[in-house]
Amino acid sequence: MLSNRYLIKLFPLLFVAFIFLAWELLVILTGIKSVILPKPSAVFYELFTKFPLIWPHAVQTLYTTMVGFLGAIVVGVLLGALIGSSRLAYEAFYPVLVGFSSIPKVAVVPIFVLWFGVGTVPAILTSLVISFFPIVVNVATGLATTEPELEDVLRALGAKKRDILLRVGLPRAMPYFFASLKISITLAFVGTVLSETVAANKGIGNVMMVASANYQTALAFSALLLLAVMGVILYGIFALLETRFAGWSQRKNDLALQSH
Amino acid sequence: MTEPFIRFQDVSLRYGGAAGTLAVSGATLDVPEGGFASIVGPSGCGKSTLLKMVSGLVPATTGLVTVAGKPVTGPLGFVGMAFQNPTPLPWYNVLDNVMLPLRIVEPYRSTFRAKYDEYRAKAEALLEVVGLKGFAEKKTWQLSGGMLQRASLCRALIHEPALLLLDEPFGALDAFTREELWGVLQELWMARRPTVMLITHDLAESVLLSETVYVMSARPGRIIHGEDVPFARPRGLDVMYQPDFVEMVHRLRTRIGDARAEGLSVA
Repeated sequence: MLSNRYLIKLFPLLFVAFIFLAWELLVILTGIKSVILPKPSAVFYELFTKFPLIWPHAVQTLYTTMVGFLGAIVVGVLLGALIGSSRLAYEAFYPVLVGFSSIPKVAVVPIFVLWFGVGTVPAILTSLVISFFPIVVNVATGLATTEPELEDVLRALGAKKRDILLRVGLPRAMPYFFASLKISITLAFVGTVLSETVAANKGIGNVMMVASANYQTALAFSALLLLAVMGVILYGIFALLETRFAGWSQRKNDLALQSH
Repeated sequence: MTEPFIRFQDVSLRYGGAAGTLAVSGATLDVPEGGFASIVGPSGCGKSTLLKMVSGLVPATTGLVTVAGKPVTGPLGFVGMAFQNPTPLPWYNVLDNVMLPLRIVEPYRSTFRAKYDEYRAKAEALLEVVGLKGFAEKKTWQLSGGMLQRASLCRALIHEPALLLLDEPFGALDAFTREELWGVLQELWMARRPTVMLITHDLAESVLLSETVYVMSARPGRIIHGEDVPFARPRGLDVMYQPDFVEMVHRLRTRIGDARAEGLSVA
């Protein structure tokens, strides 16, 4: 009998397998045209046969997304730290940031293309610009909600603001930070693919656009699938980092498992 | 006469601007260097506020607070504080929590890496004194409230502060742990002689531990009575059952009872 721990880890895989099965059955039973909704078996077939074709594009998308995402982390943490630790910055910058984030990024891509040309740079920039805001919000919130009692422990020792930020504020904000990363990583992919769809000759977005235009729906879906897999892998990496840096905040789950 | 280490001269504090609550009104008291003063009084009379003013966390509205002859304008680097809540930092284990002041305060801060082993040994020795031997590597949520408060005491003492400020540190502890920690505190004080200011609602505790007990009136608090404690050191728990000890506690209790009644009738 498998122990609880393994069952919990296995569950997502089982669930995904179940979804594919249901999807396959749905297509078979309803007789839907493959142009509209291909069978998962057809999608996997396309993926395996066209893999050498798709792979360089996948790498391109992964690369631009990672660069944009890491840039978003740097910008997000810096801005978030500024806004979360200064009342003045909080009041002054937040409205501006919200306004900026409300602009649909699809409108921004052509401007980036105008400035930087077609291809990689607009993709990285779009990815950055679309994904940094949740990080700013969460880091700022984590910092702004730090209990004064925690800060008093250091203040009474004569610690400077910088000390308090580094030793209390930022560690305290880590759970919030990692929560925002989960949102941001998905947004980063959205940004890249958006840019590639509009103005690029490489990347998964480009593959999907070309495939859809040629009614090669199974190919488009296989590109989508690859994208999803990449997203999950990246998510997994950051989930591991989260355990290292914010594990202290999730002791509830640990206790629940131990009670078995 | 030597300058008192802590001096309050007609100090008042009003929270929240000109229309706010007057928490402390015209408090005057002295604590000599190496002394041990307790402040007792009815609930909400401003005792914790006095402590915050000494530590520099909150500025006085009027009057003068001086420590070591200098007016208090902000947090001082030679203070150890223990609050009612132990407030451990949950991302550190117990040892790192205790060693935290060493990362902030000079001269430990700049030599932290170089002398890490020495400082660690110090922290572990302190933990042993308070009865937490072997708990250094534990996570903070693995300790009970009483144990966290003991660790909090260690954190307040690790950097050998000249001034120790304690805000009802034993309030949440059971009677046996409290008695144990009274002994520990007295021991540490007699060994290192920091100047101590203790806020407590436990009169017996104040008489047992301190050189001088000050009684505060109801809000807005001012010091209405100060009494030196005559019992010889070191004071074991037995002294608490001596008639003159009991009498002193009774006297103080009456004073506070009057202060509370006054406060209630004014309100």
